[in-house]
Amino acid sequence: MAYSFPEEVLEYVLSFIKTDKDRNAVSLVCKSWYEIERWCRRRVFIGNCYAVNPRIMIRRFPEIRSVEIKGKPHFADFNLVPEGWGGYFHPWVVAMARAYPMLEEIRLKRMVVSDDCLEMIAKSFKNFRVLVMSSCEGFSTDGLACIAANCRNLRELDLRESEVEDLSGHWLSHFPDTCTSLESLNIACLGSEVCFSALERLVSRCPNLRKLQLNRTVPLEKLPNLLIRAPELVEFGTGAYSAELRPELLSNLVNAFAGCKKLKALSGFWDVVPAYIPAIYPVCCGLTSLNLSYANIQSPDIIKLVSQCQNLQRLWVLDYIEDSGLDVLATCCKKLEELRVFPSDPYDVEPNVSLTEQGLVSVSEGCPKLQSVLYFCRRMSNAALFTIAKNSPNLIRFRLCIIEARAPDYLTYEPLDAGFGAIVENCRELRRLSLSGFLTDRVFEYIGKHAKKLEMLSIAFAGQGDLGLHHVLSGCDSLRKLEIRDCPFGDKALLANAAKLETMRSLWMSSCPVSYGACKLLGQKLRRVNVEVIDERGTPESRPDSCHIEKLYIYRTLSGPRVDTPDFIWTMDEEGNTPQ
Amino acid sequence: MNNLSESGKSGMNLKETELTLGLPGEPRVGKACMKRVFSETVDLELGNSGKKDSSGSGSSMKKESATSRGKLVGWPPVRAHRKNIMTVKSGKYVKVGVDGAPYLRKVDLELYNSYEQFLSIRTVLDEKKLMDPVNGVEYVPTYEDKDGDWMLVGDVPWKMFAESCKRVRLMTRSEAIGLAPRPETKCSSSSS
Repeated sequence: MAYSFPEEVLEYVLSFIKTDKDRNAVSLVCKSWYEIERWCRRRVFIGNCYAVNPRIMIRRFPEIRSVEIKGKPHFADFNLVPEGWGGYFHPWVVAMARAYPMLEEIRLKRMVVSDDCLEMIAKSFKNFRVLVMSSCEGFSTDGLACIAANCRNLRELDLRESEVEDLSGHWLSHFPDTCTSLESLNIACLGSEVCFSALERLVSRCPNLRKLQLNRTVPLEKLPNLLIRAPELVEFGTGAYSAELRPELLSNLVNAFAGCKKLKALSGFWDVVPAYIPAIYPVCCGLTSLNLSYANIQSPDIIKLVSQCQNLQRLWVLDYIEDSGLDVLATCCKKLEELRVFPSDPYDVEPNVSLTEQGLVSVSEGCPKLQSVLYFCRRMSNAALFTIAKNSPNLIRFRLCIIEARAPDYLTYEPLDAGFGAIVENCRELRRLSLSGFLTDRVFEYIGKHAKKLEMLSIAFAGQGDLGLHHVLSGCDSLRKLEIRDCPFGDKALLANAAKLETMRSLWMSSCPVSYGACKLLGQKLRRVNVEVIDERGTPESRPDSCHIEKLYIYRTLSGPRVDTPDFIWTMDEEGNTPQ
Repeated sequence: MNNLSESGKSGMNLKETELTLGLPGEPRVGKACMKRVFSETVDLELGNSGKKDSSGSGSSMKKESATSRGKLVGWPPVRAHRKNIMTVKSGKYVKVGVDGAPYLRKVDLELYNSYEQFLSIRTVLDEKKLMDPVNGVEYVPTYEDKDGDWMLVGDVPWKMFAESCKRVRLMTRSEAIGLAPRPETKCSSSSS
């Protein structure tokens, strides 16, 4: 006998169920639950914009208020994805303008967004509140002006590292005097100077402003004016942190920072004049996040700063911090969870700073909560990796970039297989891994055997042959995203593990010996998967099947082959033809 | 594609891993650069790294690297907005290296007006004292000028030095012995 309770009750219960995973589980219980759930789902996350299409999304979820969509593959960040590849937001916004008039939030990553799209957002959604564009491109400050002028209840405008055509800073002045709802504004990626008085007035009239990230052009002298008007700030990003040495400016800054009692995160810090660093000392003990990755300050100054931040959970910094600075970090910042060390001079073969594997070893020793690492360095050893693995069994993300490709263990000249093997064996919760250095197929054997929770793997200049790729595809049960460049992986492993590709979000391979013929075969074998060959040399049909393709992007999808491909992408179809 | 077939069973291929002046990831062709006569005096094995500091034609190698740098797209994986941050806006940056230290610093000579100022920062940079009381080693500042000659710092007026200096190396006195004799100068300034 089936008992059911009123829909309204179930809806109410479901309102507490937030995560996609749980909601998906709910929708599988029975048909009526599926129906009820889909009508009350408010948020949707689309990890690959080509995995579904707007029509499918709208058909299933008619009442969405918040959408998050990702476009280009991750390697686009490093110029490996050709210009014009795709990831257009336009078809989405057109469809949503009709179907979701109550839409409140749009979050995009690596998508192409035009000014037209921004205008459509501004005019179509009366309750629009949140716009986050991370690593997006295709729009200008004109589009931003439209958003500023028309979104009455805008709470968040976050341009995170997007490439914006910066026509002028005038757009900011388009926020009407009636706009008082802003809680978060991130314009750090913009180059032009914004009208400072407009910014100041905007900050003054938004009492809920919690996050403010300025761009480089906002001078240090102006910071006190802004900070005293925004005492509720939780996250703040400075502009250029330099000015001539003037004692009254320093004391103004000190007072201004001290007035922000809730400050937890600091960033910005371009062009730092070290004499002004002490201005932030009053807030250091409360900081949980510090981003110094643009700051050209040397190790002694970094040490003085970091040693006061006992509550630091996240540090992004340049390799100017050096091993000595990382030692201090390890001693002082026991709550550290995330460390990112970026290279100050990535293209120089010779090291310009004394930052080695030792710094990371120290942090792993001193910081028991370390979970997430991104580390650029110029040398590594298996011994160091063993130690790190032993010290940090709770690592979730481990991304190591040894700057010289294929660099071996600098002590023994051996491959770094064993070291990375220790990482995957000891760090049972590892979800993301980026490899570098000299690696044979052996490392992939370890990864396939131990990295059972690994979801994303990045490989470059590694391995010896198909066996390496086979280990990964056959062993990594949780693998969702795999990106590979310049590795000797070819057809065999792909064809043998074709079915695996249906269980993953995507696979990227570039500069690998994968043949056109194999791509056609995959296209035939795989259902609901797009096999896209990217080749700027012209149609692969003009070359023999054995010819290697340049780049390959394979992803599962419900919406069939793309309809918006540029002329250098060929989708392998199910008949083994190339439709273009 | 990197040909690892010569790597053998153990996976060790010393030739493969020998550090050369090639670009990261380029096929290894051995030390291809020409060396000058004085390179023996400045050619150093720097600690554990085993890197050969090949000077002399170092500058022309650097140029080559700069233009052919673009060969390896997207490596190391640094995002564009991070690359731009580090572009040096002005200044005359030269590399300053110290014997025995495995790294080099870039120093902006335009920040200094005299030898005194410049030489006084050395000890802050690399914790090396000019005179090391422990082993009595004395460090001698030397530099490579526009013509590629290695000279002792202090021979020429500061401005002339700042204009013609390409890189600086603090050598141990014994290493510096083989340096070319000082050229004639109109006026000599004290070196410290």
